[in-house]
Amino acid sequence: MNAVIQRLKAARPQLALLVLALLVNVFVAPGFLDLRLQDGRLFGGLIDILNRGAPVMLLAVGMAPVIATRGIDLSVGVIMAISGAVAAAGVNAGLAWPAAILAALGTGLACGLWNGLLVAVFRLQPIVATLILMVAGRGIAQLITEGRILTFTEPHLIAVAGATLAALPLPVVLALAAAGLTGLLVRATALGLFVEAVGTNPRSSRLAGVHTGLVLGAVYVWSGLMAALAGLIATADIKGADANNAGLWLELDAILAVVIGGTSLYGGRFSIGRSVLGALVLQAMRTAILRAGLPPELNLVLMALVVAAVLTQQSPAFRPMATRLMARLKNKEARA
Amino acid sequence: MKTLLGSRKISRQGLARRMLGIGTAVLLGSLAAGCDSGDKKGLTVGFSQIGSESGWRAAETKLARQGAEQRGITLKFSDAQQRQENQIKAVRSFIAQGVDAILLAPVVSSGWDEVLGEAKAANIPVILLDRQIDTPNVDLYLTAVTSDTIEEGRVAGRWLAGKVQGRDCRIVEIQGTVGASLVANRKKGFEEAIATAPNLHLVRTQSGEFTRAKGKEVMEGFLKAEAPGSICAVYSHNDDMMIGAIQAIKEAGLKPGTDILTVSIDGVPDIFKAMADGDANATVELAPDMAPRAYDILLAYRKDHAPPPKWVQTPSKLYEPDTAAAEYARRKDLY
Repeated sequence: MNAVIQRLKAARPQLALLVLALLVNVFVAPGFLDLRLQDGRLFGGLIDILNRGAPVMLLAVGMAPVIATRGIDLSVGVIMAISGAVAAAGVNAGLAWPAAILAALGTGLACGLWNGLLVAVFRLQPIVATLILMVAGRGIAQLITEGRILTFTEPHLIAVAGATLAALPLPVVLALAAAGLTGLLVRATALGLFVEAVGTNPRSSRLAGVHTGLVLGAVYVWSGLMAALAGLIATADIKGADANNAGLWLELDAILAVVIGGTSLYGGRFSIGRSVLGALVLQAMRTAILRAGLPPELNLVLMALVVAAVLTQQSPAFRPMATRLMARLKNKEARA
Repeated sequence: MKTLLGSRKISRQGLARRMLGIGTAVLLGSLAAGCDSGDKKGLTVGFSQIGSESGWRAAETKLARQGAEQRGITLKFSDAQQRQENQIKAVRSFIAQGVDAILLAPVVSSGWDEVLGEAKAANIPVILLDRQIDTPNVDLYLTAVTSDTIEEGRVAGRWLAGKVQGRDCRIVEIQGTVGASLVANRKKGFEEAIATAPNLHLVRTQSGEFTRAKGKEVMEGFLKAEAPGSICAVYSHNDDMMIGAIQAIKEAGLKPGTDILTVSIDGVPDIFKAMADGDANATVELAPDMAPRAYDILLAYRKDHAPPPKWVQTPSKLYEPDTAAAEYARRKDLY
């Protein structure tokens, strides 16, 4: 119990941000917080945010350990496109749905393994190593779909995005389960400590007996798997594999979510839970912008302003500056 | 050798450029090609295509090949993979090969003056396909075969005005990617067309970035933001976003095509399928047969030497569900 309270305390900034973003939603669309149960499924604004945010939540869950090792995975958006294409091509070629889903997840694992190999064994810089797949991967996905949007009608594959489990949309359940499992893996074992050690100081952690290569490889494989799951959801959502657009630029959203979650790009400490909160903050802002009825030209500008404000507020250099400014203002007031 | 060259009527300048610029192998190759196209029937045309980023683009390429075959034209095809430098290289290589004409689907609108000047110096007419370019010197190309993107929006708006008659109608619009001229034009045309009908109100507009996934997300937002049952029609700048929107409407428990009218632009096979299934109401076709039209203009120009107008507009035809099943069958293998 104490540990939970500790965690929640650590996540105060992210929780505050999320509450703020949700308040904006309430302001934009009254009745946003209403929840209703219909046909055994919950409906409402909060559920929409969880549901739409599920792919980036998954990507963030995979990205957080990668960033904690002082790495980065730019290829997750593309892995989404490839795995979605594999699943769609699979069922269209007559593969049974479990096989198609396994093939898609296997593709994600293979992509992650490729990244892990380049980073852990060949010692390429992560940004370069994953850039290779980011650039080449859309071509691979397009080869699989033959350049068109591959639609399918397999009900089980569509159910990945459309089904309901425990009154929640399946993508939400999948994302939360993946986050829970990852959190358990890294915090109930010493794995998380190893990841942070490799990110903080790879040499000393190697000398201390941590198998750095294995840890590095594993985080990229996990990231690939999470991306494949996100790709399945995105593909099932539109009942088609869109090689050109599936997961486009989502790697940047995932990185941003992890950073909003308080993980430094210089590696070290990370938190799965706070990264998921970061993803939800982004989605809540996006939903608010979409529903506000503002001209679409403002979408990106608004998003940029909010993100800039959030990150500045989190910067270690900003707080002393702000405190000093506040003190000066107070002094002036006192003098007046 | 001399008679061969003579029969090709190559300008001295062009010949010099060729002798200097290219190896003997290419020269001999082009002479052989020149031999074939010496008689009036067999033209050789080079086509620099942008890439194969969408189904529509693939259909345009396929029709370019088919159209060339039907007219006995030898087509030299080059895929630029979205890069202008590849297109410039392709055009230069077409000039070096001494083609009779060049089709260019420009990936960007500026930076063509130099290479098109080279084509002009070699007396090779250039026809722009599906996009215009920015240049102070319109003599650099023979003509541009493109659709009228403002008209596409107007056709969609006029159809909607006719469909709802005098009824009050709250319309939501799903735009393409912000900043594209195509988007501004399709929006402008639609707004023009509905401005005359006071019963039509454009209540919300948001960008769906031309993709199915974003189209769906934006439509979900519209459905939540507007009072239940108050949206009467959706206008989408392309069919893909509409297909996403149709899914969102269905998932909200409404019937697209009946509860909410739909009109979109492009004419891709999947929207015809949706229309045949009763889920969509109308699409304005962006005709993919731009290259065959260009061939016909070219053949006419070579026959009577009267320059065509600088802008040849392809028709923006509206299709409705009555012909959708047949149109789907006709198109599904093309895209």
